[in-house]
Amino acid sequence: MNTSIIDAHGHDNDHSGDDHHGPAKGIGRWLYSTNHKDIGTMYLIFSLLMFFIGGTMAMVIRSELAIPGLQFVHPEFFNQMTTMHALIMVFGAVMPAFVGLANWMIPLMIGAPDMALPRMNNWSFWILPVAFGILLSTLFMPGGAPAGGWTMYPPLVLQTGDSFPFLIFSVHLMGLSSIMGAINVIVTIINMRAPNMSLLKMPMFVWTWLITAYLLIAVMPVLAGAVTMLLTDQFFGTSFFLAAGGGDPVLFQHIFWFFGHPEVYIMILPAFGVVSEIIPVFARKPLFGHDSMVYAASSIAFLSFIVWAHHMFTVGMPLTGQLFFMFTTMLIAVPTGVKVFNWVATMWRGAMTFETPMLFSLAFVFLFTIGGFSGLMLAIAPADVQYHDTYFVVAHFHYVLVPGSVFAIMGAAYFWLPKWTGHMYNEALGKVHFWTSAVFVNLTFFPMHFLGLAAMPRRIPDYSTQYADFNTVASIGAIGFGLSQLLFVWVLLTSKKGPKATAEVWDQPQGLEWTVPSPAPYHTFETPPSLSEMDSHH
Amino acid sequence: MTEPVSVQFLSVLERLACLSRRAAASQVNNLMTRKLSLSLLGLILAGTANAEWALNMPKGVTDLSLETYNLHMMVFWWCVAIAVVVFGVMIVSLVKHRKSRGVVAATFSHSTTAEVIWTTIPVIILVLMAVPTAETMVKLEDSRDPDLSIVITAYQWKWHYKYQDTDVEFYSSLARESLGARRKQSGIDPFSVENYLRDVDNPMVIPRDAKVRLLFTSNDVIHSWWLPAFAIKKDAIPGIVNEAWFRANEVGIYRGQCAELCGKDHGYMPIVVEVIEPEAYAAWIASHDGER
Repeated sequence: MNTSIIDAHGHDNDHSGDDHHGPAKGIGRWLYSTNHKDIGTMYLIFSLLMFFIGGTMAMVIRSELAIPGLQFVHPEFFNQMTTMHALIMVFGAVMPAFVGLANWMIPLMIGAPDMALPRMNNWSFWILPVAFGILLSTLFMPGGAPAGGWTMYPPLVLQTGDSFPFLIFSVHLMGLSSIMGAINVIVTIINMRAPNMSLLKMPMFVWTWLITAYLLIAVMPVLAGAVTMLLTDQFFGTSFFLAAGGGDPVLFQHIFWFFGHPEVYIMILPAFGVVSEIIPVFARKPLFGHDSMVYAASSIAFLSFIVWAHHMFTVGMPLTGQLFFMFTTMLIAVPTGVKVFNWVATMWRGAMTFETPMLFSLAFVFLFTIGGFSGLMLAIAPADVQYHDTYFVVAHFHYVLVPGSVFAIMGAAYFWLPKWTGHMYNEALGKVHFWTSAVFVNLTFFPMHFLGLAAMPRRIPDYSTQYADFNTVASIGAIGFGLSQLLFVWVLLTSKKGPKATAEVWDQPQGLEWTVPSPAPYHTFETPPSLSEMDSHH
Repeated sequence: MTEPVSVQFLSVLERLACLSRRAAASQVNNLMTRKLSLSLLGLILAGTANAEWALNMPKGVTDLSLETYNLHMMVFWWCVAIAVVVFGVMIVSLVKHRKSRGVVAATFSHSTTAEVIWTTIPVIILVLMAVPTAETMVKLEDSRDPDLSIVITAYQWKWHYKYQDTDVEFYSSLARESLGARRKQSGIDPFSVENYLRDVDNPMVIPRDAKVRLLFTSNDVIHSWWLPAFAIKKDAIPGIVNEAWFRANEVGIYRGQCAELCGKDHGYMPIVVEVIEPEAYAAWIASHDGER
């Protein structure tokens, strides 16, 4: 950490190297970086790369499912694709994207010079390419990549070929990276806020990330424990999950979902934060019910620990267990509803304009809510028995993850891109990207509700002919959505050609990140921001 | 044997063309586009007659499958009602409160009254949903006094049925016609195979109106026995015996599939249950009982 004395001009006078005069030159800048902005950029680029790799796998899946009959791949490879698609999108695309946004924006939003633990920050990023290198290399191993689903249920996952220990090790590494990232976020937020920024004065994105970071620290070790038990069952003669040795296969599901359900909120809470930042700016009106948003997000986080077995209504639980998990799950609708009502109330009697970040945020509110409705339907245990493991569930979690989390990430990218690059992106192309994405995402995932209700199971490479029509529609939508994302890359690549951005970028946005120039200098807030700047926030 | 990928793409295009032809053909009754736009109406009518564009959950043939369907529709209508209000307010706001109309943004950012209202009303709605659901769940668990018990053992990738207190037991796996057509690039059009991937060699046979108790277990990995018409989906887990029951009200042939990923042929272990009249069932069980 920088312990040098800071002079009146905000520059330090010691001789600790080039670090304080701008970025190092060449590859070293990225390999050894301890700068939150560089590390944030690396996280975001890594996440985009993973989004395309996972997306390519989705294209393989949708091509195979476009019509009945097996055309392109064998069932074994199809199962590898669904498994890898999920692991890469969850751990490689969505989570690192939010960590990237946290790295870039949390110090700027709370007036801190950097993350609290910069060297650990470097490490937590550079673990990721190693983890995913290992995971992707399993595609070329004898027996192929893991094919037992991202949920890794034993005993099936123990039938994985040579890639099994590599799967476990890469999951360990991903967990390690997430835990370190989470520690960094918590320490930064608790210790490095600008003077007079009390906890309840923090912007919503910072708040949702603080809660998310606690969730990560609570549950990633649980996942690590679960997969370690798989490893010892496979190689060291234990029988945690093997019935033949007195173990219980369902125990794994309980442990996995104790991690898995908070994980769902790890992927959506920062999205709530992003949307809560964007809507007020383009509605030109303060966020409605800031404090109740904080309490709602905290309630959701608490409830996420006591709902896990709603993923397991078909494993044969006692009636009391089913009732408990059904009631707690239904309760989540209350704080989630509060969030949606607050966003709508923020828009109400605002003066709205519809730039690309706002369009993504509005689509988020609409489409995430649709995913919330199907979530409420899934909470009803007897109905869940009919929905469970069908395309209805696939539709549900893709609605909350794609037009939910992914749209929020894209909205955030457009929203803060001028702050990062110093230039306005191409607004017209951004809007085209939004509209094509929004149309195709619905074309892809809405018909899946019907397929699930008509009893098409998930994770099957081929299907009966009555499911043909909606599957064809979904495949057309998926390929359209995939192609639309190339436009996103184009907008990002050409963003430096746009006109110069002002410090404020948008129309009188509130928040400390808009008080620094665009692009944000390599070092910001070397002296804490003054009280008057703080006042402009609330 | 392996055709180039380009040929396969052509077959996909062919299928797309076929799809549009069928859509055009259905213009006599109903324009496809109109059908799609009427999909919400389709849900209102809860029509499942059209298998091609089926929109809703089947009502099934047991009292509890009907109750399940009714719960599903109850929550669905609550969601529709909430959506109309929330999206309605949002759309009004998007139309009226836009800067291009020259409006000036209000400055309010809090209302305790509003917060209390929109926290309380959802709680009341949830209680209204939870009560009938809990009632159905109690009934679903009551498997006492069955007329007939069947032990279902799952294998990679077939089912084994054993009728308790008889010698009747048999394996049930994917029917021969589908087996040929399911191979990669088999050259057989799945549309030419009746009940493609949803037919078996030996269906489970059940008498109408009997209370049937099913006991599930597995020989290898976890599977899940799912028959939508009976609203039963229960995991078959090695080392554990699970239980479910049903009473089918109508004779007929009902189809389902394994619902839990169980390896490479997970998509190829269908379930077929034939519900027949009790007299016919007595004859069926007698003729099979002596087989061993």
